[in-house]
Amino acid sequence: MQEKGAIAIKIDRLYKSFGSLKVLRAISTEIAKGEVVALIGPSGCGKSTFLRCLNLLETPTSGKIYINGQEITDSKTDVNKIRQNVGMVFQHFHLFPHMNVLKNIMYAPVKVNNLSKPEARSLAMDLLQKVDLVDKADVFPSKLSGGQKQRVAIARSLAMQPDIMLFDEPTSALDPEMVKEVLDVMQAVSESGMTMAVVTHEMGFAKEVADRIFFLDGGEIAEDSPPDVFFSHPKSARAQKFLAKIL
Amino acid sequence: MILNSAAINFVIPIGVCNCLLAQLDLDFNRIAPSIPYILGGIWITLKFTLLSAIFGFIWGTVLSLFKISSIKPLYWFGMAYTSVFRGTPLLVTLSKIYFDTPQLTGYEISGFQAGVITFSLNSGAYISEVIRAGIMAVDKGQTEAAMSLGVSYKPMMLDVILPQAIKNILPALVNESIALLKDSALVSTIGATDLLRRAQIVGAEKYVYFEPLLIVAVVYYLMVMSLTLSANLLETQLRKSS
Repeated sequence: MQEKGAIAIKIDRLYKSFGSLKVLRAISTEIAKGEVVALIGPSGCGKSTFLRCLNLLETPTSGKIYINGQEITDSKTDVNKIRQNVGMVFQHFHLFPHMNVLKNIMYAPVKVNNLSKPEARSLAMDLLQKVDLVDKADVFPSKLSGGQKQRVAIARSLAMQPDIMLFDEPTSALDPEMVKEVLDVMQAVSESGMTMAVVTHEMGFAKEVADRIFFLDGGEIAEDSPPDVFFSHPKSARAQKFLAKIL
Repeated sequence: MILNSAAINFVIPIGVCNCLLAQLDLDFNRIAPSIPYILGGIWITLKFTLLSAIFGFIWGTVLSLFKISSIKPLYWFGMAYTSVFRGTPLLVTLSKIYFDTPQLTGYEISGFQAGVITFSLNSGAYISEVIRAGIMAVDKGQTEAAMSLGVSYKPMMLDVILPQAIKNILPALVNESIALLKDSALVSTIGATDLLRRAQIVGAEKYVYFEPLLIVAVVYYLMVMSLTLSANLLETQLRKSS
């Protein structure tokens, strides 16, 4: 899809505070195109806030974020333009409850990308094929299981044809037997060359699919290593403690 | 003895009733020729209500967006506006608009126009509070989902947030239109010939007030009931669909 090695996301001394609470402290890193990064860490460490800064759902307190070389933290940037290129999948899906599955997926391409209805429809049907939900096209979200909802949400995000996908604990609200169907879809997305940042508690997924693990603790990236290194020989004491608790 | 007092208790109310009815001397024949004229006011009253409800709803939506806006002057305007309209009697606002407009602009405003303008401005204030609450009640995730897709503010509000908000506040909106329907009787004071005004005109002509006003009260009640019933139907339908 894209040449590997080019920088998709560059973060330069990112700070985020809520009042006196410092959530992110001086995060600097780069994520290459096509790379899959898993963000893990204890709760309250700033994983989700970090992810939400990347499409400006949270406004950074200070620091710079570049996406495909463009600074998105510049006040002159058109935020909506950036977001069209950075998809996001939420823990609680947030499908539009008053639209059926097909309309959920078609909505943004028609409204934002000015696709014609037939074009958007065929795009949506292709995506439903990919997430294996063609038979649910005319169903309303309330009739879907959690796993199905999340797959629709992924399809809805992909319909904008983003370069980067952010996943905020995509399987945390699911019943255990539905986790795999969502992870399988995410793996397929990663294999298509998508740049992905995934906040997750699924260590199996992190180990198998991610290229890099960011271990966040206290608002900092305490460790940044490939999964095999991270899970077998974590460098930092904090990561060792965390892994001892969960594995 | 016990029997006796029971009999008295039973007799006295009937006696009182008879006496009242005798004084009432209801006779609809006296106003029969005027009944079509009175009922013609239904259309006027409905026109007031419908137009004011539509304009009030649009204006209320705009005001509610002002009130959730991060632009401070818009927020202040929305709040001050609501405060003024909620804090003054409707009859006062109506008179101000009817009598002040010619003086301020030279335009001879009709009772009908003054009525529609007043009721729209007034119900806009009330509806804006209802819609604001409805918008706040929509899950914040809906806004975030729309934003993360790059959807800008206007389509997000129109297509994603407001449809969900309005579904939740439908019962409150029906209550507001019922209030409008009843308040519309106030225009009789500025010469618009609505239901109430027509009953008063007939009463003044024939020197009978009881019958025409009774007719008008029944008609208002029936209109309000049919609004309530259709709202209940709509609500059950909506609940089924969700």
